[in-house]
Amino acid sequence: MSSQAPTSGSAAPGAERHYRRVRKVPTQQLLGVAGILGFLGTWELIPRLGIIDERYLPPASEVIAALVADFGLTAFWVAVGETMKAWFLGLLIAVAAAVLLGFIIGSSNFLRKATNSTVEFLRPIPSVALIPLAVLLFGVKIESSLLLIVYASFWQVLIQVLYGVADVDMVANNTAKTYGLGRMARIRYVVFPTALPYLMTGVRLAGAVALVLAITAELVIGSPGLGREIALAQSGGAISGMYALVLATGLIGVLINILMRFIEKKTLAWHSSVRSEVIV
Amino acid sequence: MKVLKNFGFLLGLPVLLVLVWWSSTLGPVNFFVPTPASLVGTFGKVWFGERFLTDVLPSIGRLAVGVIAAIVIGVVGGVLIGSVRWLRALLEPTLEFFRAIPPPVLVPVLMLLMGITDSMKVVVIISGCVWPVLLNTIEGVRAVDPVLSDSSHTYGIDGWARVRYLVLPSASPQIMAGVRQSMSLGLILMVISEMFASSSGLGFTIVQFQRSFAIPEMWSGIVVLGLLGVGMSFIFQWAERNILRWYHGQKEVENAA
Repeated sequence: MSSQAPTSGSAAPGAERHYRRVRKVPTQQLLGVAGILGFLGTWELIPRLGIIDERYLPPASEVIAALVADFGLTAFWVAVGETMKAWFLGLLIAVAAAVLLGFIIGSSNFLRKATNSTVEFLRPIPSVALIPLAVLLFGVKIESSLLLIVYASFWQVLIQVLYGVADVDMVANNTAKTYGLGRMARIRYVVFPTALPYLMTGVRLAGAVALVLAITAELVIGSPGLGREIALAQSGGAISGMYALVLATGLIGVLINILMRFIEKKTLAWHSSVRSEVIV
Repeated sequence: MKVLKNFGFLLGLPVLLVLVWWSSTLGPVNFFVPTPASLVGTFGKVWFGERFLTDVLPSIGRLAVGVIAAIVIGVVGGVLIGSVRWLRALLEPTLEFFRAIPPPVLVPVLMLLMGITDSMKVVVIISGCVWPVLLNTIEGVRAVDPVLSDSSHTYGIDGWARVRYLVLPSASPQIMAGVRQSMSLGLILMVISEMFASSSGLGFTIVQFQRSFAIPEMWSGIVVLGLLGVGMSFIFQWAERNILRWYHGQKEVENAA
């Protein structure tokens, strides 16, 4: 698209930018909507033209109708509620534990060095490896989901908090010390604000990971929630219903992303990275 | 002395943890937790033999093929979408939606479309791993320094050379961030696709052990998955160090200034 730049380059740079900003935003959104419609259209056509058998890939209109029908069912919302409960509890436990441990480990040079090898070893272990253990310990209950969610999200947040605590400006820290701030006060007023942007990035990543693990646990173990409904729909031959549930998980994923970005923006409104985003 | 100290930091905590584990399994035997000795014994017996060829290697093979294919597709697609503005605007919302779908739900969908085959498992891995690479590449391509971009234009560097010497290097830190996410995702998807529907592979074997209450065997399977994860993370770190050497060097210079 860079070939277009010279043609409009004759205008003054400021004026050009202004002109672009006014026009570009609605065009971009329109293009995005066109992209979604184009995708749905293609999806509609593939089974209708018989490229893939309708029994395996129902047309988009059928799936969306099934999804809309789901919205009227209590069972659907119960499943959504179960999934979201596991997601929220798991995320909460993981973030709380990671923040606590992160600040303790991060503020001591000795602890950071001593735990480094263990953290680096435990972190890449895929949480799905714990599925058999979760089944043995808890069976098909929410605790199984929680074990997987907490394990997966914990590392995301912990690593970010450790980075954040390590990023504290030595001059600021020493200044606070000189002014007689105690350990707790320094953590509150110096370390915490420095680590907060890192922490929020970790929470945002962990939010996405927690949803993946919540659905996975329900799908594979069979703890209650949307994942189990998908597995049931698939084995029961309710194909449109299964695709509708897959779409629903995607919608939840999008909503979680939006929510997380919103929280990030609100909590970091004072931070330059967010402030500059608003100005430009 | 310094080497000794580093060694202590490296091994101190792990040794301590193993000691705690060992001493806590000395008393009456807990059914769910094997002793370290029995775990090590079972590990050797279960995984070094025929099973290594029939379950472990095919799993690793599918994982490698899936992840590499996802990286290639993601980078090629990302460079294409990232450098054509209207294409990006057209596709971005749809792609964001696809990324938001938790990848494991694709296992039943693809099982339906393709049956329970090896290629289904590879496609599951690709379809989950491609999004972090693709979207990060688009981001990276979009963030190419405009001054560098204009200079290379002025020097007449276009087409493939532009991609090779300008776009790919400046997008590479973000591409690597995407690759890192997709590698751990790939391992998860490999295990799930085998646990959900399969008659061979690591995931299947571990679930088999769990269902027959072969507890030490099950634990040894978890250890294998853990080692795989750690191994992948080492490979990634090695690759990242080599690919992004210039970038880390640049950061160091900037930080020193």
